[in-house]
Amino acid sequence: MCLAIPGKVLKIDGQTATVDFGGVRREVRLDLLTSAREGSYVIVHVGYAIQTLDEKEARKILRSWKGVAWGGVLA
Amino acid sequence: MYRERDLATKVLQGIRKLDPGRRVKFMHVCGSHEVTITKYGLRSLLPDWIEVISGPGCPVCVTAATEIGEAVELARRGTFITTFGDMFRVPGPKGSLAEAKTDGADVRIVYGAADAVEVARRNPGREVVHVAIGFETTAPTTAAEVLREPPKNFSLLTCHRLIPPAMGFLLASGETALDGFICPGHVSTIIGSRPYEPLSKRFRVPQVIAGFEPIDVLLGIWMLLKQLMEGRREVEIEYTRSVRRDGNALAQQKMAQVFRVVDKKWRGFPVIPSSALELKPEFERYDARKKHDIRAMEAADFTKGCRCGEVLRGLIYPHECPLFGRVCTPEHPVGPCAVTTEGACNIAMKHKPAKI
Ligand code: SF4
Repeated sequence: MCLAIPGKVLKIDGQTATVDFGGVRREVRLDLLTSAREGSYVIVHVGYAIQTLDEKEARKILRSWKGVAWGGVLA
Repeated sequence: MYRERDLATKVLQGIRKLDPGRRVKFMHVCGSHEVTITKYGLRSLLPDWIEVISGPGCPVCVTAATEIGEAVELARRGTFITTFGDMFRVPGPKGSLAEAKTDGADVRIVYGAADAVEVARRNPGREVVHVAIGFETTAPTTAAEVLREPPKNFSLLTCHRLIPPAMGFLLASGETALDGFICPGHVSTIIGSRPYEPLSKRFRVPQVIAGFEPIDVLLGIWMLLKQLMEGRREVEIEYTRSVRRDGNALAQQKMAQVFRVVDKKWRGFPVIPSSALELKPEFERYDARKKHDIRAMEAADFTKGCRCGEVLRGLIYPHECPLFGRVCTPEHPVGPCAVTTEGACNIAMKHKPAKI
Protein backbone atom coordinates (compact mmCIF):
# COMPACT_ATOMS: atom_id res chain seq x y z
CA MET A 1 0.00 0.00 0.00
CA CYS A 2 2.85 2.35 0.79
CA LEU A 3 4.61 1.12 -2.30
CA ALA A 4 6.41 3.97 -4.03
CA ILE A 5 8.68 3.72 -7.02
CA PRO A 6 11.36 5.98 -8.47
CA GLY A 7 11.06 7.45 -11.93
CA LYS A 8 12.76 10.10 -14.04
CA VAL A 9 11.00 13.40 -14.66
CA LEU A 10 10.85 14.02 -18.39
CA LYS A 11 8.64 17.09 -18.53
CA ILE A 12 6.90 19.40 -16.10
CA ASP A 13 3.68 21.13 -16.98
CA GLY A 14 2.28 23.15 -14.07
CA GLN A 15 1.28 20.72 -11.34
CA THR A 16 1.82 17.59 -13.40
CA ALA A 17 4.93 15.87 -14.62
CA THR A 18 5.53 13.18 -17.19
CA VAL A 19 7.60 10.55 -15.44
CA ASP A 20 9.45 7.63 -17.00
CA PHE A 21 9.41 4.41 -15.01
CA GLY A 22 11.91 2.30 -16.90
CA GLY A 23 10.17 2.78 -20.24
CA VAL A 24 6.60 3.21 -18.99
CA ARG A 25 5.45 6.82 -18.97
CA ARG A 26 2.85 8.19 -16.60
CA GLU A 27 1.43 11.54 -15.61
CA VAL A 28 2.29 12.31 -11.99
CA ARG A 29 0.92 15.06 -9.74
CA LEU A 30 3.34 17.52 -8.17
CA ASP A 31 1.02 18.98 -5.50
CA LEU A 32 3.17 17.51 -2.74
CA LEU A 33 6.60 18.32 -4.08
CA THR A 34 8.17 21.57 -5.21
CA SER A 35 11.70 20.29 -5.76
CA ALA A 36 11.04 18.15 -8.87
CA ARG A 37 13.03 19.26 -11.92
CA GLU A 38 13.19 17.93 -15.42
CA GLY A 39 15.86 15.24 -15.44
CA SER A 40 15.64 14.57 -11.69
CA TYR A 41 14.42 11.34 -10.13
CA VAL A 42 11.29 11.38 -7.99
CA ILE A 43 9.63 8.79 -5.78
CA VAL A 44 6.01 8.28 -6.76
CA HIS A 45 3.14 6.93 -4.65
CA VAL A 46 -0.41 6.44 -6.00
CA GLY A 47 0.15 8.99 -8.74
CA TYR A 48 1.83 11.66 -6.61
CA ALA A 49 5.53 12.53 -6.44
CA ILE A 50 6.39 12.47 -2.74
CA GLN A 51 10.16 13.13 -2.74
CA THR A 52 13.14 13.71 -4.95
CA LEU A 53 15.56 10.81 -4.93
CA ASP A 54 18.97 11.62 -3.55
CA GLU A 55 21.42 9.34 -5.35
CA LYS A 56 24.41 11.02 -3.71
CA GLU A 57 23.05 10.06 -0.32
CA ALA A 58 22.42 6.54 -1.56
CA ARG A 59 26.04 6.14 -2.60
CA LYS A 60 27.29 7.71 0.62
CA ILE A 61 25.69 5.16 2.92
CA LEU A 62 26.98 2.26 0.87
CA ARG A 63 30.45 3.78 0.80
CA SER A 64 30.46 4.31 4.53
CA TRP A 65 29.38 0.71 4.98
CA LYS A 66 32.12 -0.53 2.68
CA GLY A 67 34.56 1.66 4.57
CA VAL A 68 33.59 0.06 7.84
CA ALA A 69 33.53 -3.46 6.48
CA TRP A 70 36.72 -3.26 4.52
CA GLY A 71 38.56 -0.87 6.78
CA GLY A 72 39.24 -3.62 9.24
CA VAL A 73 36.86 -2.50 11.96
CA LEU A 74 34.52 -5.38 11.41
CA ALA A 75 36.06 -7.35 8.62
CA MET B 1 22.98 -1.70 -7.01
CA TYR B 2 21.18 -2.40 -3.71
CA ARG B 3 20.90 -6.08 -4.39
CA GLU B 4 24.61 -6.68 -4.64
CA ARG B 5 25.27 -10.14 -3.33
CA ASP B 6 28.82 -9.48 -2.15
CA LEU B 7 27.73 -6.52 -0.16
CA ALA B 8 24.93 -8.53 1.45
CA THR B 9 27.46 -11.17 2.45
CA LYS B 10 29.66 -8.49 4.02
CA VAL B 11 26.73 -6.97 5.89
CA LEU B 12 25.70 -10.41 7.15
CA GLN B 13 29.25 -10.95 8.39
CA GLY B 14 29.06 -7.58 10.14
CA ILE B 15 25.74 -8.59 11.71
CA ARG B 16 27.21 -11.85 13.04
CA LYS B 17 30.01 -9.91 14.71
CA LEU B 18 27.49 -7.90 16.70
CA ASP B 19 26.12 -10.96 18.56
CA PRO B 20 25.03 -9.65 21.96
CA GLY B 21 24.97 -13.16 23.42
CA ARG B 22 21.20 -13.25 23.73
CA ARG B 23 18.18 -13.37 21.44
CA VAL B 24 17.04 -10.07 19.94
CA LYS B 25 13.66 -9.33 18.46
CA PHE B 26 13.06 -6.55 15.95
CA MET B 27 9.75 -5.51 14.47
CA HIS B 28 9.00 -3.86 11.17
CA VAL B 29 5.69 -2.13 10.50
CA CYS B 30 5.45 -2.14 6.73
CA GLY B 31 3.96 -4.61 4.27
CA SER B 32 6.68 -3.82 1.74
CA HIS B 33 9.38 -4.74 4.28
CA GLU B 34 7.64 -8.06 4.86
CA VAL B 35 7.64 -8.70 1.11
CA THR B 36 11.40 -8.02 0.88
CA ILE B 37 12.18 -10.12 3.96
CA THR B 38 10.10 -13.10 2.85
CA LYS B 39 10.79 -12.96 -0.88
CA TYR B 40 14.56 -12.88 -0.42
CA GLY B 41 14.48 -15.33 2.48
CA LEU B 42 16.29 -12.88 4.76
CA ARG B 43 15.09 -14.65 7.91
CA SER B 44 16.97 -17.77 6.92
CA LEU B 45 20.11 -15.78 6.10
CA LEU B 46 20.18 -14.05 9.49
CA PRO B 47 21.79 -15.76 12.47
CA ASP B 48 19.23 -17.56 14.59
CA TRP B 49 19.57 -15.19 17.54
CA ILE B 50 17.85 -12.48 15.45
CA GLU B 51 14.12 -12.49 15.06
CA VAL B 52 12.33 -10.09 12.73
CA ILE B 53 8.58 -10.07 13.17
CA SER B 54 5.93 -8.23 11.23
CA GLY B 55 3.70 -5.69 13.01
CA PRO B 56 0.63 -3.64 12.03
CA GLY B 57 2.11 -2.52 8.70
CA CYS B 58 -0.72 -3.40 6.37
CA PRO B 59 -3.26 -0.57 6.08
CA VAL B 60 -5.93 -2.80 4.60
CA CYS B 61 -5.52 -5.38 7.39
CA VAL B 62 -5.83 -2.83 10.21
CA THR B 63 -8.92 -1.15 8.76
CA ALA B 64 -11.64 -2.11 11.24
CA ALA B 65 -14.37 -4.52 10.16
CA THR B 66 -16.85 -1.75 10.97
CA GLU B 67 -15.35 0.46 8.27
CA ILE B 68 -15.53 -2.29 5.66
CA GLY B 69 -19.16 -2.69 6.72
CA GLU B 70 -19.77 1.03 6.08
CA ALA B 71 -18.28 0.80 2.58
CA VAL B 72 -20.27 -2.32 1.71
CA GLU B 73 -23.49 -0.77 3.03
CA LEU B 74 -22.95 2.32 0.87
CA ALA B 75 -22.24 0.17 -2.17
CA ARG B 76 -25.39 -1.88 -1.63
CA ARG B 77 -27.44 1.30 -1.23
CA GLY B 78 -26.46 2.39 -4.73
CA THR B 79 -23.46 4.60 -4.06
CA PHE B 80 -20.58 4.32 -6.52
CA ILE B 81 -17.58 3.11 -4.50
CA THR B 82 -13.96 3.60 -5.50
CA THR B 83 -11.16 1.88 -3.64
CA PHE B 84 -7.61 0.59 -3.84
CA GLY B 85 -7.38 -2.94 -5.19
CA ASP B 86 -6.23 -4.53 -1.96
CA MET B 87 -9.43 -3.47 -0.22
CA PHE B 88 -11.70 -5.17 -2.72
CA ARG B 89 -11.85 -8.66 -1.26
CA VAL B 90 -11.41 -7.92 2.44
CA PRO B 91 -14.27 -9.43 4.44
CA GLY B 92 -16.49 -7.24 6.62
CA PRO B 93 -19.68 -7.86 8.59
CA LYS B 94 -21.80 -7.77 5.44
CA GLY B 95 -19.32 -9.43 3.13
CA SER B 96 -16.73 -7.75 0.95
CA LEU B 97 -16.94 -5.04 -1.69
CA ALA B 98 -16.21 -7.76 -4.25
CA GLU B 99 -19.35 -9.61 -3.18
CA ALA B 100 -21.39 -6.41 -3.34
CA LYS B 101 -20.13 -5.92 -6.88
CA THR B 102 -21.13 -9.44 -7.87
CA ASP B 103 -24.61 -8.56 -6.60
CA GLY B 104 -24.71 -5.57 -8.92
CA ALA B 105 -23.20 -2.71 -6.90
CA ASP B 106 -20.83 -0.25 -8.57
CA VAL B 107 -17.38 -0.75 -7.12
CA ARG B 108 -14.36 0.41 -9.03
CA ILE B 109 -10.71 -0.20 -8.24
CA VAL B 110 -8.62 2.94 -8.67
CA TYR B 111 -4.90 3.61 -8.64
CA GLY B 112 -5.15 6.77 -6.54
CA ALA B 113 -7.50 9.41 -5.12
CA ALA B 114 -7.12 11.51 -8.28
CA ASP B 115 -8.67 8.69 -10.32
CA ALA B 116 -11.53 8.47 -7.81
CA VAL B 117 -12.28 12.17 -8.31
CA GLU B 118 -12.19 11.58 -12.05
CA VAL B 119 -14.85 8.86 -11.65
CA ALA B 120 -17.03 11.43 -9.85
CA ARG B 121 -16.50 13.98 -12.65
CA ARG B 122 -17.49 11.45 -15.30
CA ASN B 123 -20.60 10.37 -13.37
CA PRO B 124 -22.20 13.66 -12.33
CA GLY B 125 -25.54 11.99 -11.64
CA ARG B 126 -24.06 9.53 -9.15
CA GLU B 127 -22.78 9.84 -5.59
CA VAL B 128 -19.18 8.62 -5.56
CA VAL B 129 -17.50 7.60 -2.30
CA HIS B 130 -13.79 6.88 -2.18
CA VAL B 131 -12.64 4.52 0.56
CA ALA B 132 -9.53 6.40 1.66
CA ILE B 133 -7.23 3.95 3.37
CA GLY B 134 -3.51 4.13 3.98
CA PHE B 135 -0.92 5.46 6.36
CA GLU B 136 0.94 8.78 6.26
CA THR B 137 2.30 7.96 2.81
CA THR B 138 -1.18 8.01 1.27
CA ALA B 139 -3.04 10.53 3.45
CA PRO B 140 -1.35 13.60 1.86
CA THR B 141 -2.50 12.48 -1.59
CA THR B 142 -6.10 12.39 -0.32
CA ALA B 143 -5.57 15.81 1.26
CA ALA B 144 -4.23 17.20 -2.01
CA GLU B 145 -7.37 16.04 -3.83
CA VAL B 146 -9.63 17.64 -1.21
CA LEU B 147 -7.74 20.91 -1.60
CA ARG B 148 -8.31 20.79 -5.36
CA GLU B 149 -12.04 21.00 -4.64
CA PRO B 150 -13.55 17.84 -6.07
CA PRO B 151 -17.11 17.94 -7.43
CA LYS B 152 -20.10 17.92 -5.08
CA ASN B 153 -20.98 14.29 -5.80
CA PHE B 154 -17.62 13.14 -4.39
CA SER B 155 -16.97 12.24 -0.77
CA LEU B 156 -14.54 10.24 1.35
CA LEU B 157 -14.86 7.38 3.76
CA THR B 158 -11.68 8.23 5.62
CA CYS B 159 -9.82 5.27 7.10
CA HIS B 160 -6.34 6.84 7.18
CA ARG B 161 -4.17 5.79 10.10
CA LEU B 162 -0.92 6.94 11.70
CA ILE B 163 1.94 4.54 12.34
CA PRO B 164 3.96 5.99 15.28
CA PRO B 165 0.96 5.91 17.68
CA ALA B 166 0.47 2.20 16.91
CA MET B 167 4.17 1.55 17.60
CA GLY B 168 3.82 3.44 20.89
CA PHE B 169 0.75 1.39 21.73
CA LEU B 170 2.63 -1.88 21.17
CA LEU B 171 5.58 -0.76 23.29
CA ALA B 172 3.32 0.47 26.09
CA SER B 173 1.22 -2.70 26.06
CA GLY B 174 4.29 -4.79 26.87
CA GLU B 175 2.69 -7.80 25.15
CA THR B 176 5.96 -8.54 23.46
CA ALA B 177 9.48 -7.39 24.27
CA LEU B 178 11.02 -5.61 21.30
CA ASP B 179 14.69 -4.69 20.94
CA GLY B 180 14.18 -2.35 18.02
CA PHE B 181 12.01 -1.13 15.19
CA ILE B 182 12.71 -1.15 11.47
CA CYS B 183 10.66 1.95 10.60
CA PRO B 184 8.83 2.26 7.28
CA GLY B 185 10.65 4.04 4.47
CA HIS B 186 7.78 5.69 2.66
CA VAL B 187 5.70 6.72 5.67
CA SER B 188 8.93 8.34 6.89
CA THR B 189 9.53 9.99 3.51
CA ILE B 190 6.47 12.07 4.43
CA ILE B 191 6.78 12.46 8.22
CA GLY B 192 10.58 12.37 8.55
CA SER B 193 12.35 10.80 11.52
CA ARG B 194 11.26 13.26 14.22
CA PRO B 195 7.87 11.72 15.09
CA TYR B 196 9.66 8.51 16.16
CA GLU B 197 12.09 10.28 18.48
CA PRO B 198 9.79 10.38 21.53
CA LEU B 199 9.42 6.58 21.29
CA SER B 200 13.18 6.04 21.47
CA LYS B 201 13.37 8.34 24.50
CA ARG B 202 10.39 6.99 26.38
CA PHE B 203 10.86 3.28 25.72
CA ARG B 204 14.64 3.21 25.24
CA VAL B 205 14.21 1.50 21.90
CA PRO B 206 16.53 1.79 18.88
CA GLN B 207 14.88 2.60 15.55
CA VAL B 208 16.19 2.64 11.99
CA ILE B 209 14.22 3.86 8.99
CA ALA B 210 15.08 1.45 6.20
CA GLY B 211 14.53 1.17 2.46
CA PHE B 212 13.07 -1.79 0.62
CA GLU B 213 15.91 -3.56 -1.14
CA PRO B 214 17.27 -6.61 0.69
CA ILE B 215 20.51 -4.76 1.39
CA ASP B 216 18.54 -1.85 2.91
CA VAL B 217 16.83 -4.18 5.36
CA LEU B 218 20.11 -5.92 6.25
CA LEU B 219 21.85 -2.58 6.75
CA GLY B 220 18.92 -1.48 8.92
CA ILE B 221 19.33 -4.56 11.10
CA TRP B 222 23.07 -3.99 11.34
CA MET B 223 22.46 -0.38 12.41
CA LEU B 224 19.98 -1.52 15.08
CA LEU B 225 22.48 -4.04 16.45
CA LYS B 226 25.18 -1.40 16.49
CA GLN B 227 22.94 0.88 18.54
CA LEU B 228 22.27 -1.95 20.99
CA MET B 229 25.98 -2.71 21.27
CA GLU B 230 26.94 0.92 21.79
CA GLY B 231 24.11 1.57 24.22
CA ARG B 232 22.48 4.15 21.94
CA ARG B 233 18.69 4.42 21.62
CA GLU B 234 18.01 6.71 18.70
CA VAL B 235 16.24 7.11 15.39
CA GLU B 236 18.64 6.62 12.51
CA ILE B 237 17.99 6.75 8.78
CA GLU B 238 19.32 4.07 6.47
CA TYR B 239 16.99 5.07 3.59
CA THR B 240 18.72 8.42 3.13
CA ARG B 241 17.99 8.53 -0.59
CA SER B 242 14.37 9.30 0.26
CA VAL B 243 14.06 10.19 3.96
CA ARG B 244 15.12 13.49 5.54
CA ARG B 245 14.78 14.23 9.26
CA ASP B 246 12.01 16.76 8.60
CA GLY B 247 10.29 14.69 5.95
CA ASN B 248 8.22 16.34 3.25
CA ALA B 249 7.01 19.60 4.82
CA LEU B 250 4.56 20.45 2.04
CA ALA B 251 2.85 17.07 2.31
CA GLN B 252 2.64 17.39 6.09
CA GLN B 253 1.19 20.86 5.76
CA LYS B 254 -1.54 19.72 3.36
CA MET B 255 -2.36 16.79 5.60
CA ALA B 256 -2.68 19.11 8.62
CA GLN B 257 -4.78 21.56 6.65
CA VAL B 258 -7.39 18.95 5.72
CA PHE B 259 -7.36 16.42 8.56
CA ARG B 260 -7.58 16.36 12.33
CA VAL B 261 -6.11 13.60 14.47
CA VAL B 262 -8.60 11.33 16.23
CA ASP B 263 -8.60 8.19 18.38
CA LYS B 264 -9.53 5.08 16.44
CA LYS B 265 -9.95 1.37 16.73
CA TRP B 266 -7.63 -0.73 14.57
CA ARG B 267 -8.49 -4.22 13.46
CA GLY B 268 -6.87 -6.57 15.98
CA PHE B 269 -6.33 -3.69 18.41
CA PRO B 270 -8.49 -1.68 20.78
CA VAL B 271 -8.92 2.07 20.27
CA ILE B 272 -5.46 3.61 19.83
CA PRO B 273 -5.29 7.24 20.99
CA SER B 274 -4.48 9.85 18.32
CA SER B 275 -3.95 7.20 15.66
CA ALA B 276 -6.17 8.21 12.75
CA LEU B 277 -7.26 11.09 10.56
CA GLU B 278 -10.67 12.54 9.95
CA LEU B 279 -11.72 15.51 7.81
CA LYS B 280 -11.76 18.85 9.59
CA PRO B 281 -15.19 20.51 10.03
CA GLU B 282 -14.51 22.93 7.15
CA PHE B 283 -14.31 19.94 4.77
CA GLU B 284 -17.33 18.13 6.19
CA ARG B 285 -19.07 18.33 2.83
CA TYR B 286 -16.64 15.66 1.64
CA ASP B 287 -17.23 13.41 4.64
CA ALA B 288 -19.21 10.38 3.44
CA ARG B 289 -20.19 9.46 7.01
CA LYS B 290 -21.89 12.84 7.52
CA LYS B 291 -23.26 13.13 4.00
CA HIS B 292 -24.75 9.67 3.74
CA ASP B 293 -25.78 9.02 7.32
CA ILE B 294 -24.28 5.56 7.66
CA ARG B 295 -25.06 3.51 10.71
CA ALA B 296 -21.95 2.35 12.51
CA MET B 297 -22.19 -1.40 12.83
CA GLU B 298 -20.73 -3.41 15.65
CA ALA B 299 -18.68 -6.08 14.02
CA ALA B 300 -16.28 -8.74 15.16
CA ASP B 301 -12.80 -8.19 13.77
CA PHE B 302 -12.17 -11.80 12.82
CA THR B 303 -13.82 -15.06 11.98
CA LYS B 304 -13.48 -17.68 14.69
CA GLY B 305 -10.10 -19.34 14.59
CA CYS B 306 -8.35 -16.60 12.61
CA ARG B 307 -5.33 -15.32 14.54
CA CYS B 308 -4.75 -12.25 12.38
CA GLY B 309 -5.00 -9.99 15.44
CA GLU B 310 -1.96 -11.65 16.98
CA VAL B 311 -0.16 -11.53 13.63
CA LEU B 312 -0.82 -7.78 13.42
CA ARG B 313 0.40 -7.20 16.98
CA GLY B 314 3.58 -9.14 16.28
CA LEU B 315 2.82 -11.94 18.73
CA ILE B 316 2.90 -14.84 16.30
CA TYR B 317 4.12 -15.68 12.81
CA PRO B 318 1.47 -16.53 10.20
CA HIS B 319 2.38 -20.23 10.10
CA GLU B 320 1.53 -20.49 13.80
CA CYS B 321 -2.14 -20.03 12.93
CA PRO B 322 -3.76 -23.50 12.67
CA LEU B 323 -5.75 -22.41 9.62
CA PHE B 324 -2.66 -21.20 7.72
CA GLY B 325 -2.39 -22.76 4.26
CA ARG B 326 -5.02 -25.36 5.08
CA VAL B 327 -8.38 -23.72 5.59
CA CYS B 328 -7.04 -20.24 4.85
CA THR B 329 -5.30 -19.66 1.51
CA PRO B 330 -4.84 -16.60 -0.72
CA GLU B 331 -7.60 -18.01 -2.96
CA HIS B 332 -9.94 -18.62 -0.01
CA PRO B 333 -8.77 -16.16 2.64
CA VAL B 334 -10.31 -16.36 6.10
CA GLY B 335 -8.80 -13.17 7.55
CA PRO B 336 -7.65 -9.85 6.09
CA CYS B 337 -3.97 -10.78 6.54
CA ALA B 338 -4.44 -13.50 3.92
CA VAL B 339 -6.36 -11.33 1.47
CA THR B 340 -4.10 -8.47 0.62
CA THR B 341 -0.69 -8.57 -1.01
CA GLU B 342 0.66 -6.70 2.03
CA GLY B 343 -0.80 -9.00 4.65
CA ALA B 344 1.79 -11.14 6.43
CA CYS B 345 -0.23 -14.36 5.94
CA ASN B 346 -0.69 -13.73 2.21
CA ILE B 347 3.00 -12.98 1.76
CA ALA B 348 4.05 -16.07 3.72
CA MET B 349 1.75 -18.33 1.72
CA LYS B 350 2.85 -16.95 -1.62
CA HIS B 351 6.57 -17.01 -1.03
CA LYS B 352 6.86 -20.02 1.27
CA PRO B 353 10.01 -19.02 3.14
CA ALA B 354 12.53 -21.79 3.65
CA LYS B 355 12.86 -21.18 7.35
CA ILE B 356 11.48 -18.73 9.87
S1 SF4 C 1 -3.62 -17.64 8.19
FE1 SF4 C 1 -5.67 -16.85 7.68
S2 SF4 C 1 -6.93 -17.44 9.41
FE2 SF4 C 1 -4.80 -17.57 10.10
S3 SF4 C 1 -4.29 -15.58 10.97
FE3 SF4 C 1 -3.71 -15.48 8.83
S4 SF4 C 1 -5.54 -14.61 7.84
FE4 SF4 C 1 -6.21 -15.34 9.82
